[in-house]
Amino acid sequence: METALSVLVGLFFAVAIYLLLSKHTIRILLGVALLGNAVNLLIFTAGRVLRETPPIIPDGLYTPPVPVANPLPQALILTAIVISFSFFAFLLVLAYRAYQDIGTDDTDEMRLAEPEGDRLPPLGY
Amino acid sequence: MAGAASPHADLASAMVLQPVAAADWLVVAPVVIPIVFGAALLMFRKETQQHMVVSIIAFALLLLADAALLWRVIEHGPIVMTMGRWLPPFGITFQADVLGAGLATVAGLVAFAAVLFSFRDIDTTGRRYGFYTFFLLMMAGVHGAFLTGDIFNLYVWFEVLLISSFGLLVLGSEHEQIDGAVKYAFLNLVATTLFLIAVGLLYGAFGTLNMADLAGKIAAAKGQAPVMTLATLFLFAFAMKAAAFPVNFWLPASYHTPRIIVSALFAGLLTKVGIYALLRVLVMLFPVERDMLAIVIAWVAAFTMVLGILGALAQSDIRRAVGFVVVSGIGVMLAGLALGSELGLTAAILYALHSMIAMTAVYMLVGLMAEAGGSVSLHSLAGLYRAHPFMAALALVLFFAVAGLPPFSGVWPKVFVVKASLDVGAWWLAFAVLLTGLLTTITLGRVFALAFWRNHAEEPATMVPGDPITWKTYAPVVLLTAAVVFIGFYPQPVLDVAHAAARTILFSSGYVNAVLPAGGGA
Repeated sequence: METALSVLVGLFFAVAIYLLLSKHTIRILLGVALLGNAVNLLIFTAGRVLRETPPIIPDGLYTPPVPVANPLPQALILTAIVISFSFFAFLLVLAYRAYQDIGTDDTDEMRLAEPEGDRLPPLGY
Repeated sequence: MAGAASPHADLASAMVLQPVAAADWLVVAPVVIPIVFGAALLMFRKETQQHMVVSIIAFALLLLADAALLWRVIEHGPIVMTMGRWLPPFGITFQADVLGAGLATVAGLVAFAAVLFSFRDIDTTGRRYGFYTFFLLMMAGVHGAFLTGDIFNLYVWFEVLLISSFGLLVLGSEHEQIDGAVKYAFLNLVATTLFLIAVGLLYGAFGTLNMADLAGKIAAAKGQAPVMTLATLFLFAFAMKAAAFPVNFWLPASYHTPRIIVSALFAGLLTKVGIYALLRVLVMLFPVERDMLAIVIAWVAAFTMVLGILGALAQSDIRRAVGFVVVSGIGVMLAGLALGSELGLTAAILYALHSMIAMTAVYMLVGLMAEAGGSVSLHSLAGLYRAHPFMAALALVLFFAVAGLPPFSGVWPKVFVVKASLDVGAWWLAFAVLLTGLLTTITLGRVFALAFWRNHAEEPATMVPGDPITWKTYAPVVLLTAAVVFIGFYPQPVLDVAHAAARTILFSSGYVNAVLPAGGGA
């Protein structure tokens, strides 16, 4: 199970990085969304995968008699989902606003902050 | 009934039972204060007249809490507080040591100066958009990062300060800002995601997230876990946050676009959080791996400082030039990290403290120069020395400090970095530091010559000059410049803090014992 999930995580990362390397903000956004999911799946896999066992401790014992899933990776993933979702929402609005204001979604043409053909400073006076 | 499953189980084995001493609540105060005031200002965001008073109170309290925390940490050693009372390593630990508290105090000072400066720079619209809320929440993120003892919690605080910095960056919604924000947001998000990947794998390998617990478990791993891969991932992620070459291009693309006070804050605080994380994680958690990576970090440092300052040399927009100077300063701190000796780390921390103060002050000054001269271009700034002699004096002090010339604060860390490099025979690193100093002197000297000394510009100014500059406007710049002069002439107290901070991460047993009193993990 872990092997299959690891391969899947690798595929997610490959696709996410391919999309992030694009010039167009819309593809980069899709890459960001996939990257977030890739990381969540990675944390899930790194936290070990077990069959479903109820985490119930019978009377007279301190620990569960059989291995149960560790809840911490799931708590980490929940936190990461919330954070990556809010970031994705912000980036979506930002990219749309950039498309409206700058008139392109091609990052090569977003040169307002760093204009092309900028002059060198004066050499003397 | 047998005690095993009874509700009266032995709580002392899992929880901290004695109540937290009143003075120890100080460790969360620098995070609680900005969050409470930030939330209050969000509710009253339309009452823009009150923002000024409320935020002055908030930042004064924050600075007081920081200073008290630093004092307590120096007097009594590290302070630990565990959330939900679960014994470490299970509960999330907040931990103040000299490194975190020292950086937090300087951050508090810089933020206090910034809030005084912001009254001029942020108009009613900016306040209604929530400038002070974003600013306070960013400070909560910065302080949380400095004070947390849990590595996943560190990631969360990184995200808190990042999302608030987005809000500050696009304040005003000008086209240049949107353009800069696109690059800043995407690249920083990738950096924090890399950090999260490293944290996930770290948890998979060691089953703990508490930094004190990790320090022991990583040292004991000895080939059982892919520790070198983890260290490299952390280095990559934090180097990107700190704007080290070759992953620094988001910084010069965006730092000149927002309001000048926002640039000043970002330059003073955000990249330093990246440096702090590098110091904490690489030196304290991965000491052996840092040794192996030292040569990589050293070359990254050399390229960051030299290429950074060459970038500054090529800019005619002074805000963009100063952005590149920030990058070049990161190189000096990385050089200290690469050396890894007590002296090298002291120098890196001292440079971080100096750079927080000096770069914030330089950005504020650039804002004043632009207002007084009506332009940010070196082609049209001129005659400021005649019009504003006091501004010229401040500029000279700050430019000397940033270039690392005596007698101001920049000289000491550079002396130590050079000495530490020569101690281990890394003459080329010492040469890179000195070359950077020379090029910085040329860059800033040219700004001074053209903007202040020259009488007539070649091109007319483009902006309408703002309100007249009064003593109230100068006050925050003077406050920070006074700190620069003080550290320059009397470096001992700050040097002691930096030295103690370097020792806490280099010999982490004090930190580990404070969190895990039993000595060692569970």
